[in-house]
Amino acid sequence: MTEYGVILFYTTSSAMRAEKLLVAEGCSVKLIPVPRHLSSDCGVALRFNWQQQEKVKSVLDQAQVEVDAIHQL
Amino acid sequence: MIYLDNAATSWPKPPEVLKAMVDVLQHAGGNPGRSGHRLSIEAARVIYNAREDIARFFNIGDPSRVIFTSNATHAINLVLQGLLKPGDRVVTSSIEHNAVMRPLRSLEKQGLILHTVPCAPDGMLDMRSIAAAIDSHTRLVVLIHASNVMGTMLPVAEVAHLAHHAGALLLVDAAQTAGAVPIDMKAGRIDFLAFTGHKGLQGPPGIGGLVIGDHVDTSQVEPLMRGGTGSQSELELQPESLPDKFESGTPNIAGIAGLHAGIRWLMDRGIHIIREHELELTRNLINGLSSMPGIKVYGTSDLERRTAIISFTANNKEVSEIGLKLDDDYGILVRVGLHCAPAAHRTIGTFPGGTVRLAPGAFTTMDDVNKTIWAIEQIIAS
Repeated sequence: MTEYGVILFYTTSSAMRAEKLLVAEGCSVKLIPVPRHLSSDCGVALRFNWQQQEKVKSVLDQAQVEVDAIHQL
Repeated sequence: MIYLDNAATSWPKPPEVLKAMVDVLQHAGGNPGRSGHRLSIEAARVIYNAREDIARFFNIGDPSRVIFTSNATHAINLVLQGLLKPGDRVVTSSIEHNAVMRPLRSLEKQGLILHTVPCAPDGMLDMRSIAAAIDSHTRLVVLIHASNVMGTMLPVAEVAHLAHHAGALLLVDAAQTAGAVPIDMKAGRIDFLAFTGHKGLQGPPGIGGLVIGDHVDTSQVEPLMRGGTGSQSELELQPESLPDKFESGTPNIAGIAGLHAGIRWLMDRGIHIIREHELELTRNLINGLSSMPGIKVYGTSDLERRTAIISFTANNKEVSEIGLKLDDDYGILVRVGLHCAPAAHRTIGTFPGGTVRLAPGAFTTMDDVNKTIWAIEQIIAS
């Protein structure tokens, strides 16, 4: 079974930016509603393949995308 | 029909703009980012992609500093009401639109210190006067990029230098120039750029924006409105993160999609090519009108420092009579009167009578211009 991680953002705009950057880098990602157990936020979060976490983090770091938190699902 | 009121709103719109507005409502009709389902996410993508292209178009690095508003007036109010405090000193010009003057006059009543630098009768700004007016107590300089009355452009890059040297910020009202002339916020060192979507940018009415320079500290600007953003919903305090801090409530997604399509249309055709075309039309209108007896044309004679706006008066006819005859007898649509800018009309000496304003656009032809010159000749000779 695939293990997933999820990234929470402060704004929808950051989530959209992250999706675009990560797709361009060939990462497998999907925008999903924020899982209730992680936050009461009503917005979107980005789910990614946990095996790619190093790459995901480095892409977002390099582009200075503001991230609230990263959790393993 | 000949439409010469593009300075009020551009018309017709490129078909791509109309198509983008219909498409987004049909295929991305969710509430952007609020709900997390596919239509909501698609709507958020549409908005984000527009933000990215607008950031590129005005040359800033961070797309989250593109704040969508209803129009330029909304964007101007966001800065003026969000940044300024009683006792702050503001420097502006004598040819500003009421979008700037009304909020400033209102803030003046609450203790703002307002200094208005007079422009010459052709609209040109005297650099020595503005240099003398901007001092170390100046919080903000507000300038119209190009006059909506006579088309004269103000030297915003030079004023940005003066403002920053004194520790002040610069707000540029680009209602007439966004899409009409290239604007590079980084090179021009513009701190705040207020634009509207429905003029040179070829988009629909009801959408505009504020673009905030990459280096500007936004914690000093209070939002005009507070409310739901789809983010950080557990908090009852307005978030500080951009763009959400300044964008509460469901946005105008059809407007944003139309604006984005308008900007892409401009980028595809080349803003320089459209500007050359509009300047050629402007040159012919100025030459045609200037050769008529009893006609006075306003604004600078330096075409490079103009947008496609030609204001004139006739010594034997009221402007309203000329406007009505142009519409009724010749199907030529223009705007007469004060153009929401009484200060500018005082500066050029046409207050309170106003002027007839001809504003060709990207779709205006030389044949339209020649017919207009002929029609005005007939009207003033009658």
